[in-house]
Amino acid sequence: MAKRDYSLLGPDGARAVETGLAAAEWYHTDVPRKVMKDLMTRSDAPAIRDTIILYGCMIAFAAGGIALWGTWWCVPFWLAYGVLYGSASDSRWHECSHGTAFRTPWMNNAVYEIASFMIMRNSATWRWSHARHHTDTYIVGRDPEIAIMRPPAFAKVILAFFGIPDVIAFIPRMIRNALSGPTAEEKTFVPQSEWGKVQRVAIIYTAIYAATIALALALHSILPLMVIGLPRLYGAWHHIMTGLLQHGGLADNVIDHRLNSRTVYMNPVSRFIYWNMNYHVEHHMFPMVPYHALPRLHETIKHDLPAPNRSIAEAFREMWPALKRQLAYEDFFLRRDLPPTAKPYREDFHKAALGEAIPAE
Amino acid sequence: MPQWIRACATDDIDEEDLIRFDHGSATYAIYHSPDGKFFATSGKCTHEDVHLCDGLVMGHLIECPKHNGQFDYRTGEAKRAPVCVNLKTFATKVDGDDVYIEVP
Ligand code: FES
Repeated sequence: MAKRDYSLLGPDGARAVETGLAAAEWYHTDVPRKVMKDLMTRSDAPAIRDTIILYGCMIAFAAGGIALWGTWWCVPFWLAYGVLYGSASDSRWHECSHGTAFRTPWMNNAVYEIASFMIMRNSATWRWSHARHHTDTYIVGRDPEIAIMRPPAFAKVILAFFGIPDVIAFIPRMIRNALSGPTAEEKTFVPQSEWGKVQRVAIIYTAIYAATIALALALHSILPLMVIGLPRLYGAWHHIMTGLLQHGGLADNVIDHRLNSRTVYMNPVSRFIYWNMNYHVEHHMFPMVPYHALPRLHETIKHDLPAPNRSIAEAFREMWPALKRQLAYEDFFLRRDLPPTAKPYREDFHKAALGEAIPAE
Repeated sequence: MPQWIRACATDDIDEEDLIRFDHGSATYAIYHSPDGKFFATSGKCTHEDVHLCDGLVMGHLIECPKHNGQFDYRTGEAKRAPVCVNLKTFATKVDGDDVYIEVP
């Protein structure tokens, strides 16, 4: 059984480069060019509508929470505000980092910067880490965004629902970035021309948090932190719940997104918060398709993909036992059957990487 | 010694679209702009080894299909992260119904 080294400077990453697993050509379902062009078409309207709803709800819920502060009635308002701040910001950060949410570039950039601050990711660093995640999705030692490493650290996964590991990692990193720019690991994927920007962004974030803490101290109240900062903890659960499902329990070190990514049908509220990233195989295969066209892309290519999970609960029922198996046996992963209409997985090609799999129930 | 070679017919590329064109060991992208002109660049993104032909043309920009980096295909200028290095461009001309590019 192979022990995995997830460090971006470690031997697994070096081996992936040597063997050609890094920056490889990935499997794509064939889609006629005209259909794909239509799916890729950009539009401002859906994202403007969703952004007005999002920010409008955030203002209304925060106002309710502040007005009812000191009574139990404020709790539902903060819970709702928190999930929009600490979870919807993840999907806005994601979609705007691809530049696909809006047609107009400044709109993508504005929402990206706000979302990056809320989700506590340096906007200059994470643009690049996410590019690497798309080049080398779940390639050990190459992908800086592997949410569940093997063997899974369950305590960390549980704490992640409350944002704790992310925030603990973010604060010292932000201060370090503010003082001296990107770390050695960050320098492996952020080009040198951007190192100054990483530092500038970290200085701005540090200043905003310092001002918020100063206001809280001056008011002798945590209320300012309920609006800025703390919702990253008390509202993180939804983006962790949906994020774990993206790749959890599936294969690593493969170059077919059907083997390492999961599509899950979700309720409309979760899809709004998650901006349709539940169509995750589709998103990885065709990252140029905007979030609002992913349901159409799904209909176009589903004949070539494993059947999606029918709900969040069903997907967890599939993933969780697989993660538990990985505690004892790191090489274990779920392998979903393809429909008869699909092009088969390339067994020969993936054999070395695949280890041992069982078919998903 | 640069030479003009035929790349495609004018109606092989829809307006605001591109195609891939291989010649010898080199690969190129040929663009048909919304104002009816033709342009040519090297066929692969400067960020990673990815063909641009599956990308999206929007006005005078080509967006790479892998990480959504953008170039102005008229000048090759890198316009959006993660691309930082400009694309090489090549001269084009239309003769009758054919598009030619000048290759090195
Ligand atoms: S390969 Fe073109 S933007 Fe990354």
